[in-house]
Amino acid sequence: MRYLPHTKEDIESMLKVTGQESLDDLFSCIPDDLKTTEDIDIPQSLSEWELNGHMEALASLNIACKDYKCFIGGGSYDHYIPAIIPYLISRSEFMTAYTPYQPEVSQGTLQGIYEFQTMVTELLGMDVATASHYDCGTALAEAALIALRKNRKANKIAVSSLVHPSHRQIIQTYISPAGYEIVEVPYTKEGLTDMEALKKMDDIAGIAIQSPNFFGNIEDLKAFKSIADDKKVLFITSFTESLAYGLLKNPGSCGADLVAGEGQSLGIAKSFGGPGLGLLAGTKKQMRNLPGRFIGKTKDTNGDDGYVLTLATREQHIRREKASSNICSNNGLNAMTAAIYLATVGKIGIREIAQQNHDKAVYLKASLEKSGFESVFETPFFNEFVLKVPDGFEQKRTTLANDKCTFAGINLETFYPELKQHYLFCATETLSKHDIDQLAKEVQ
Amino acid sequence: MSQQPGTSGLIFNEPNLWDKSRKGRCAISLPTQDVERTRLDESLTGDAPELPQLSELDIARHYTRLSQWNFGVDSGMYPLGSCTMKYNPKTNEVQAARQGFAGAHPLAGDEFSQGALKLMYNLERYLAEITGFDAVSLQPAAGAHGELTGMLIIHAFHAKNGKQRSKIIIPDTAHGTNPASASLCGYESINIKSGENGILEPEAVAAVMDEDTAGIMVTNPNTLGLFESNIKKIADIVHEKGGLVYGDGANMNAIMGVVKPGKIGIDVLHLNLHKTFSTPHGGGGPGSGPVAVVEALEPFLPIPKVVKELDTYKFVTDCPDTIGRLHTFYGHFGVLIKAYSYILSMGAKGLCDVSKLAVLNANYVKERLKGTLNLPYDMPCMHECVFNDEFQKKNHITTMDMAKRLLDYGFHPPTVYFPLVVDAAFMVEPTETESKEYIDQFIDAVKAIAKEAQDDPEKLKKAPLLTKVTRLDEVTAARKPCLRG
Repeated sequence: MRYLPHTKEDIESMLKVTGQESLDDLFSCIPDDLKTTEDIDIPQSLSEWELNGHMEALASLNIACKDYKCFIGGGSYDHYIPAIIPYLISRSEFMTAYTPYQPEVSQGTLQGIYEFQTMVTELLGMDVATASHYDCGTALAEAALIALRKNRKANKIAVSSLVHPSHRQIIQTYISPAGYEIVEVPYTKEGLTDMEALKKMDDIAGIAIQSPNFFGNIEDLKAFKSIADDKKVLFITSFTESLAYGLLKNPGSCGADLVAGEGQSLGIAKSFGGPGLGLLAGTKKQMRNLPGRFIGKTKDTNGDDGYVLTLATREQHIRREKASSNICSNNGLNAMTAAIYLATVGKIGIREIAQQNHDKAVYLKASLEKSGFESVFETPFFNEFVLKVPDGFEQKRTTLANDKCTFAGINLETFYPELKQHYLFCATETLSKHDIDQLAKEVQ
Repeated sequence: MSQQPGTSGLIFNEPNLWDKSRKGRCAISLPTQDVERTRLDESLTGDAPELPQLSELDIARHYTRLSQWNFGVDSGMYPLGSCTMKYNPKTNEVQAARQGFAGAHPLAGDEFSQGALKLMYNLERYLAEITGFDAVSLQPAAGAHGELTGMLIIHAFHAKNGKQRSKIIIPDTAHGTNPASASLCGYESINIKSGENGILEPEAVAAVMDEDTAGIMVTNPNTLGLFESNIKKIADIVHEKGGLVYGDGANMNAIMGVVKPGKIGIDVLHLNLHKTFSTPHGGGGPGSGPVAVVEALEPFLPIPKVVKELDTYKFVTDCPDTIGRLHTFYGHFGVLIKAYSYILSMGAKGLCDVSKLAVLNANYVKERLKGTLNLPYDMPCMHECVFNDEFQKKNHITTMDMAKRLLDYGFHPPTVYFPLVVDAAFMVEPTETESKEYIDQFIDAVKAIAKEAQDDPEKLKKAPLLTKVTRLDEVTAARKPCLRG
């Protein structure tokens, strides 16, 4: 096997040193009755070219060919990934390193993630950002736990019903063993979180609002902040489409205490939903409550600048059972990918990409309306929106996927049973006017 | 002494991105907008974020230079105990990058995602077979996430039985994540000490196990690199009181084809695909931490679950006893592809050889270094061995000094100061992919350093001398945190 370097002679001479007769003798410290007598029953090993054939056959069972058209989002977005990004992130010094516990030989990862933290705080208007989490859902669950632990009186957290359905489920999974609960804030006929309903909710430890919300609509975060202030609870915001903040007012300027987000849009492949990138940021006041790793700037013994993992006293390997979270591995390489993406698009590029996303989505909505789809919410959105579809659309959608590799809309009834025939559409910069016109024609 | 890989060479200084930024540069070219521009209301929009403005070459050079300050497995031997820094096969990256996988949208629908579902279904079966369990969930995103999943399953099991318990037993050889995972479920950690020979004694478990204790978390092989040979007796004690046995499978690399944890009394086990199954660590992730369970715990696995009906695969969510969802979609699918490719490349015999050679390498290091460094537990080890600085103390040289000096010789240091049961631990895990020559080089380097500790201890105190930066002031970094530029 090409990954195993030992020759027969190596094994013999090494066994002489260890004092064993055979490789099997190395396991004599394990009682016989604990050893397995059966072989591992898995397929026979494949050569690299056999593996290529097998994997391509498997990959082609997914409808995701090169020229496919993606009109769906819902937490995973089809954005263009510049060639420089996979090229640089594949450098083995980044990819095959471990967590930077030895800073003298990890300055590449450390400076790179420090720059990532900086650009995330800039994007979100927050004071501090962690070195990453698994995804938005788990970052949001951690944020909810911060609010719940801080508030000794209330054991409930108010979560908008327009927070991504999976994220609400993750929060539930994370908080319920400790006896905490979610109260869901309903949505209005404008497709926004219901402020009046929220105002009436008492005994809550925090408020979590997603913007743009799951319907794609832009929430009035400042107004929610004042409700949170009235109730003296933490205000948490989340988002699944990070490019929205190339254009929209950032959560920091709207008064968010904690922000959880998904960074997949920042140069990371959809890859059937993972690995993505969990972003978690906070105000300075929340710095020591935030779970996960931080990179900080410092000096070496010569007085030169350098970077280290810092504030580790919050973390599990030091605090053990008293740690704020058990997170250890995060999504470091994807954080580095996002950093390269943010540096590549820069201030000018992110604004233009965000604007193009919005323009394309507005055009798609108008085009589908002309094809007989019904507008549902007359509320400003970023690159996703909801339409009520004509009868027979589901069948057309299946045909489009099978024949044209085109994915048109996510059926919202799966997540909101009351929304029959309502679909969530998305347009990004990867779609041309021609692509949109084609879709409008096909579904007419 | 063999020629050592460490040397000095030309590397480059590189400022922060924003110091290189010049107004007006942009490293992406966008198409001319072909639809009408529509402005959002000004009350909704903000200023463009102050991201750096650079050309494409600025980006290429910046990250190339940064990468050259890093040490990876491809750079040299990385014997970081408990982390299993084995070679990360390149073909795995090629497989994960295939358009049909990398381009797949998670909400495309089951009927258009059969390739992904089939891969996940098969990988679950293979991992179940390797570990001897009945069912597997691939959803957890990292080892600690897998631990949390396992603890939630134990929590749900006791809830379902009508009586929640309040405590969990954790030996002193456990990973730091274990107690943190347990406390997320509201369990109080009951810490017990391992016996004199570094392994758990059944009596110690029996002394604390009661009907208010949810179970025990055992790492096997443990963090001393020793096999917990009393595991079956311990499991019997725990089961007798209605508890469950959680296995931390981070060290599965030592026992593939030798022991099936599912057959020796462990009820739930997490695996680290980024350790045993060769997926890259990526400077801290993304990893993947699948959880394997015995049949009785299958109903509690996270949703969605992959099932096969005739020849089609689908996700199901209708599982009343499930602990719920732990990831927005289905876990780190991109990492799963790499582990799947690895398993298919190795085959059963290959995986068995992996464990044999990993254990051979560790025992070889142990035997050859035990006169040079103190070996607190001198017995046959599994995939790693733990030394400390007892012999060097007389020259006021610590484990940290030796670790830093190893950098100058061109090696990544072992894990230091862990496990906590050994004072100033120096924990070496060579892994099976290191050849005898590389290991001999490493052994020579450690011996040379031990000699330096006697002859020139000051040199070790100043180490590393050849790296981009010298030792960093971590105290000031924590006291006055500067977390952004």
